[in-house]
Amino acid sequence: MKQTKKARLSAGQIALIVIGVLFFAVMLVWPLVEVLYRALKGGWALYWSAVTAKTTLSALRVTLLAAVIALLVDTFFALAASWLLTKFEFRGKSVLTTLIDIPFSISPVIAGLAFIMMFGRSGLATPVVNWFNDTFGTDIALVFSIPGVVLATIFVTFPYVLRELLPAMNLQGCAEEEAAALLGAGGFTIFRRVTLPHIKWPLIYGMVLCAARAFGEFGAVYAVSKARGETFTLPLEVDALYMSGGAEAITQAFAVSSLLVLLALVMLILKNIAEWRAKKSY
Amino acid sequence: MKQKRNRVIPGFGLTLGITVTMLSLLILLPLASVLIRSFELTPAEFWETITRSNVVGAFQTSILCALIAAAINCVFGLILAWILERYEFPGKRLIDGMIELPFALPTAVAGITLAKMYSDQGVLGQALSRIGIQGSYSRVGLVIALVFVGIPFVVRSIQPVLRKLPPSCEEAALMLGASRGFTFRHVILPELTPALLTGFGLALARGIGEYGSVIYISGNSSKNSTQVVSYVIMQKLNSGSADYVGAAAIALVLLAISFLLMFLLNLVQWFAARRTR
Repeated sequence: MKQTKKARLSAGQIALIVIGVLFFAVMLVWPLVEVLYRALKGGWALYWSAVTAKTTLSALRVTLLAAVIALLVDTFFALAASWLLTKFEFRGKSVLTTLIDIPFSISPVIAGLAFIMMFGRSGLATPVVNWFNDTFGTDIALVFSIPGVVLATIFVTFPYVLRELLPAMNLQGCAEEEAAALLGAGGFTIFRRVTLPHIKWPLIYGMVLCAARAFGEFGAVYAVSKARGETFTLPLEVDALYMSGGAEAITQAFAVSSLLVLLALVMLILKNIAEWRAKKSY
Repeated sequence: MKQKRNRVIPGFGLTLGITVTMLSLLILLPLASVLIRSFELTPAEFWETITRSNVVGAFQTSILCALIAAAINCVFGLILAWILERYEFPGKRLIDGMIELPFALPTAVAGITLAKMYSDQGVLGQALSRIGIQGSYSRVGLVIALVFVGIPFVVRSIQPVLRKLPPSCEEAALMLGASRGFTFRHVILPELTPALLTGFGLALARGIGEYGSVIYISGNSSKNSTQVVSYVIMQKLNSGSADYVGAAAIALVLLAISFLLMFLLNLVQWFAARRTR
């Protein structure tokens, strides 16, 4: 096996490698370098002031909050749904699977629009929210507010954890769980003691992908978030700085972007670790 | 139907309840409200909204550019997947680990970066303009952005299939005297077609709805036909009059296209599964 791989590469093979590597370098690596270069163009002082600006820190808080809540909701859903989809056969299973995948293939802008249609001015569920606020004396707003940002983030990231969990759960089958159930173990015990140890790394892998997507969501959040410094996430802050047009503001936009690049790289590293551990555990 | 009547494993009712409730409240209900709100228009108004020249133009731009980008991604995605699975070269692990970068990098960051890279002030933009191509603020830029966001779909669809296809298949064909081109077309490509189609479809679906990465580089001019559908919807939401119903109508058409694509993708997977059985 080793021998065939070590065999000398022909000219055609080298050409393919060169094309592939060049494409990778120009399309994927170059943009990363470009972000850092443009972020530091105005010097460290400007970079530091952009990164520590009040609006940036507020955006960072909102981004992390939305991502953490979305991650918890998606993970909870993924655990329940993967149990349902891999341990049982039932009618309508394939329809359910298809419906869960919807957020993958639709425009994030539609997700934002959908929440405005639900909870915005003359939205379908607005009377319900108003009634709730009147009855309990609360002041909850579900769009153009932090909850709206969270809901939009949940929508776009919804199937991510499940997608990574399903293959692992399928591979594992049901034999061990059935044995545990026949021996008298309860549902949660089976899950915690039998299933979870097997799916730990695929689960973490899915959660990392989900978090990465949540940090970067733009279109959906853009539709339901209008207040800079309050409900803006980091990508929206980048947009606001970039669109304001001045050369300095654009440098600041790239400085804030560099934070997101850093987050993305950390996520990629975590993803590779989880992937590697998942492979090892089989 | 080999349905297990007596389920040994507990938790069916509970997990079914959680799954259906969460799916309905968080995904289906909001989507249904788009549908319901767009019914506030009479059929004539609906038709008028979605056939306005800028809307039709946006659909043409989105679909055409996403098609071109997905096709480009098929070529380079195939090459990348191939060299990652078949050859050894320095830096391979790094490339393999970074293919998902476009997933992880926020679309807005990718958008502004690509816009600057391919503009007149960027190195690549200047290189392109020397050969007479305008990068940023044109359809070329739009396609570049969509290639960026779509490449992981194709690579990651093809890789598992290539891994399972032993190199001995190609070697046998070559030994028997087939040329490299013939081997590729008649031995490898048929095996890869379903995966390639899936990757193409996923990249296409993503491309048609894409927003963050394209709005900065495309220039969003309806005159130069560089407005995408997502941009037109967002414009309706943000305009002073906030034409929500109009936005819902356009979104409905975009949704229909996405669902059609999803259906076709499922069909491809179904055929592929049947063929290998």
